[in-house]
Amino acid sequence: MGDAVENVAQLSAAVKRYGSTLALAGVDLGVRRGEILALLGPNGAGKTTAISLLLGLLRADSGEARLFGMDPALRVARQRTGVMLQNTSLPDTLRVGELIDLFRSYYARPRTVADIIALSGVGDLLDRRYAQLSGGQQRRTQFALAICGCAELLFLDEPTTGLDIEARETMWRAIRRLVDEGCAVVLTTHYLEEAEALADRVVMIAKGRIVAAGSVSDMRARVASRRVRCVSTLAPDAIAGWPDVRSVARDGERMDIVTDKAEAVVLRLLQEDAALKELEVVRAGLADAFVEITREAA
Amino acid sequence: MKTTAMSVSMRNDALGDTVRAYALEAKYEFLRVLRTPAFAIPSLLFPPLFYLLFGVLLNHGNSAAAHYLFATYSVFGVMAPGLFGFGVAVATERERGLLALKRVAPMPPGAYLAAKMVMAMAFAAIIYLMLAIMAASLCDVRLALAQWLGLGLIAISGVLPFCALGLVIGSRANAAASPAIVNFIYLPMAFLSGLWMPLSMLPKFIGDIAVLWPPYHLAQLALAAMGREHAGSATMHVAFLVAFTAICFALAKRWLARAT
Repeated sequence: MGDAVENVAQLSAAVKRYGSTLALAGVDLGVRRGEILALLGPNGAGKTTAISLLLGLLRADSGEARLFGMDPALRVARQRTGVMLQNTSLPDTLRVGELIDLFRSYYARPRTVADIIALSGVGDLLDRRYAQLSGGQQRRTQFALAICGCAELLFLDEPTTGLDIEARETMWRAIRRLVDEGCAVVLTTHYLEEAEALADRVVMIAKGRIVAAGSVSDMRARVASRRVRCVSTLAPDAIAGWPDVRSVARDGERMDIVTDKAEAVVLRLLQEDAALKELEVVRAGLADAFVEITREAA
Repeated sequence: MKTTAMSVSMRNDALGDTVRAYALEAKYEFLRVLRTPAFAIPSLLFPPLFYLLFGVLLNHGNSAAAHYLFATYSVFGVMAPGLFGFGVAVATERERGLLALKRVAPMPPGAYLAAKMVMAMAFAAIIYLMLAIMAASLCDVRLALAQWLGLGLIAISGVLPFCALGLVIGSRANAAASPAIVNFIYLPMAFLSGLWMPLSMLPKFIGDIAVLWPPYHLAQLALAAMGREHAGSATMHVAFLVAFTAICFALAKRWLARAT
């Protein structure tokens, strides 16, 4: 329980049903001060439900949600958070600068407008009405509203969906700067490279349960296999019969071998095919881990 | 002593912040509506137009009828901003996720509804003013200053039960269907409450069930304020409207809590 007080946000044995659908089946999840936690999982896995419980938008059927050790429905708790939700449209006819003015008034200690603009990059949008913005610009505006308070905890639900690469980099930089200030971030995303680039810790959810949790490298390590790629004239069927080879795929002359013992496979490849070219060995990425872990959970 | 002074000043700061948040919420609600003329203009013009057609043009020189219709059309006029301002706007903003975002943002509880209520009351004041000018200039309605003001006060505060009813609709209905649902409640309720023609001219059972409808009670208060013939006691009418408003708000609060 001492742990739960340390954490800025905590779900304990949280269960949530919608009618007969079990959205969360007893989830324990703690968010530590100053960390970036990525919640990953297929659509409908329970990520948004978990966030809604932590924000007090939903109440758990059983178990508990705490925000800074308090009931999330309390405004004093939410004063210390900032939120970017997934499907939000702001009032079409209000200007970006006006929205920032309004959302700053919700916080006892608002961030300065200059700082909000510097972090979110909406400086050139202030006089534009929300309806006139592109999808990416609207997302940036929503991010600007999320950081109107000096939050200790930010919830970002799919923050970079619809952003171009440059805007995404800007937001990543802003997120890292906020974390340097001591802010914790809970991030849901379906871009695995986003979790890989940002997250200190990854929690994978499938069917309302946490199926894996740990650092990005822990997650990768859970997948023992590596990929060996090369251009070779060897027959794929023969390689598939070697010990510790899980699968072999061939695309034109390129070979893609998944194996638990990359060193042994590389040695034998070189022995059997002296003309072998373009050899590379790749560690499993978060994407491989994700596929593997969710498949095990299914 | 020092601690007390400090905690008092902190409390004052907190109060100041809350007042500021309420004021900004109202300001931007006003700007939002002002910049949506397709909503603002019809909702302001519809009641006077209706009054002109059915209260003014169809009524020839009957002073008692002119006074009755001015009172009841004032009620009819102020129902609209409450019902539409809440019913349609809340349904839309709920569906678009804005309500959820503001709740977690953390907007002071009540600022959202207070802003919309102030807006509805401002609309009601404008509508009442237009009707009063038409009544005085076109229908020879003659009232003492206190009566004009009293009726105005009833019209403006009378928006609140309809805000509450609108909120009930807005907390459940989907945005696309909400205007139709509001009209389906607004127009029959106005008719059944005797706003378009006196209940004495309608079948008896309609008069018997009129006490169920909030506009009926507001209309009786308006008639009383003008010193005209009315039914029941003012206290009972006020009590009905206050209870109706409280029940609707309580119901809407429960539904909105689940609506995310």
